[in-house]
Amino acid sequence: MTTRRRRLAVLAWLSVLSLAGSAAQSPQRIISLVPALTEMLFTIGAGPQVVAVSSYDEDPPQVKSLPRVGALLDPDVERILSLKPDLVITYASQTDLHAQLTRAAIPMFDYRHGGLAGIVDTLRALGVRTGHAREAEAAAGEIEARLAAIRARTAGAPRPRTLLVFGRERGALRNIYASGGRGFLHDMLVAAGGTNIFAEIDRESVQATTELILARAPEVILEVRSSDILSREEAEREAASWRPLASVPAVRQNRVVVLTGKGLTVPGPRVAEVVARMADALR
Amino acid sequence: MSLRRRLLTVVGAFGALALLVLVWAPTVGSTSIDLGRVFDTSIPWADNVDAQIFFVARLPRVMAGALIGATLAAAGVVLQALMRNPLATPFTLGVSAGAALGAMLAIAFRLDVGTLGVSSVPIASFIGSLAAIAIVYGLASSQRRGLSTNVLLLAGVTLNSFFSALILFVQYLSDFAESFRTVRWLMGDLDIGSYGPILAATPFILAAFAVFAVLPRALNLLTMGEDVAAGRGVEVARAQRWAFFSASLATGAAVSLGGPVGFIGIVVPHLVRLMVGSDHRVVLPAATLFGAAFLVLCDLLARTIMAPLEIPVGIITALIGGPFFLWLLVRQS
Repeated sequence: MTTRRRRLAVLAWLSVLSLAGSAAQSPQRIISLVPALTEMLFTIGAGPQVVAVSSYDEDPPQVKSLPRVGALLDPDVERILSLKPDLVITYASQTDLHAQLTRAAIPMFDYRHGGLAGIVDTLRALGVRTGHAREAEAAAGEIEARLAAIRARTAGAPRPRTLLVFGRERGALRNIYASGGRGFLHDMLVAAGGTNIFAEIDRESVQATTELILARAPEVILEVRSSDILSREEAEREAASWRPLASVPAVRQNRVVVLTGKGLTVPGPRVAEVVARMADALR
Repeated sequence: MSLRRRLLTVVGAFGALALLVLVWAPTVGSTSIDLGRVFDTSIPWADNVDAQIFFVARLPRVMAGALIGATLAAAGVVLQALMRNPLATPFTLGVSAGAALGAMLAIAFRLDVGTLGVSSVPIASFIGSLAAIAIVYGLASSQRRGLSTNVLLLAGVTLNSFFSALILFVQYLSDFAESFRTVRWLMGDLDIGSYGPILAATPFILAAFAVFAVLPRALNLLTMGEDVAAGRGVEVARAQRWAFFSASLATGAAVSLGGPVGFIGIVVPHLVRLMVGSDHRVVLPAATLFGAAFLVLCDLLARTIMAPLEIPVGIITALIGGPFFLWLLVRQS
């Protein structure tokens, strides 16, 4: 055996050993600072391993009884350390927290906000990291299958030019925030069979002025409200707020849809459901 | 030159500038429109995109800009004279901080109190500004007859910090989307999308301007000191009260309409003084007209230079106003 081959063989053996080791000691005390990933953990069966969550976590209902350890901007390091985690799920931008956890020798799983494809990738990686690779693969596969089914259903159908709004002042056409051509909201709209009217703007969010909306003339206005939950009448009233823009085809043809519900803008395991709702709204 | 002639010349010149800007501004924007189509009544309203861009998107915006710019500049002039302090602005007395707190609460707690074509946020911010006016006035008039301008200033500055702390607290409690919206509100935004908010703010602003119209003589004398003014027959306490209430009410209405657009209330009065002297009978109308033109021009830049993206107008007013003011200051000295 040449030296090179021997080295490769040793390397291969070592990696098998380390894989086996990591599977044997998958983390048992996980803290998640990322609500979307908390949902993923529960989806893939790692829920019982979660010992604390962020202050913004609401789903699934089991998290309500768990301790809170701050969030993106204000992680409570003391509290995190006192809970003796063996894995902390953090945002990639939490550099101070990273330094502190590294000093304390606590392993981390870094989350980077990405597009729709990033969601299933994260799901799979999280599965491998927490010892639930099989369940994660199944969940990711299901999301992909559902998305593929929606794509197949909308293929060939006209793709309406859509304004996807995720923030607006109640009862007025002010402070309108819409999805630009980047990020998972845009990806969801495309997967649902729509064409984003701001696709060429390489940003996640665009403050859309009334002039811009009149000029771009969307055929559908899709409003997503995830933190501001509306009743049916309120949703109808909010849809009516668009009436002053009478020349916009979406307004003329009554194709202003307000989708409301918690989790609509969470890049978590429920994305396929949200894409399905969007696809229905676009039809 | 007699006052009458000077007034006519200055108001004529600034009026012409304001008129020019007001007529020109709605014709330009991030999209090009056909003015012929805009005024073509044979095209049904629902089909006429050009007319809608002109009348729904741009005209309310230009009108709001003119109203807010005029109001903040005039209120700046009045308050600088009242306080005998060149650094006083419409935001010094805590009115805008009160308005901001009202707006923050409406955004963070998703208040639903919209009425008569005006949404919750402007209403809440106007109520906030009224609360701030009441508190500052209560403090400044509790000590003696009339208003103590020193207490007024100190109470205003303290209230500003106190409200700012409350604003930060509300922001901290709200979630990310709300938090961003509150920050954006503080940068000023004139895209109001309808005439309702303008109609609602106008009566308060008109009432304030009616008071401004009779104030200049008293302001001229007040800047020389309360004793001098009293000696020349000015009812000091009354003049101060009127000046304070009118300027504060106008500021509250302007801020609730477009957010606390910074810098206009301090830069425009000083710019105008550098150009026309310090007689308030000339400064006040000139600053009003120049303030209107200045904010509409700044907003024109805000909505076009990075189109289709928009720059918050408060950033433009400070970016242009600051260096321009410094340049004029250096040149004059």
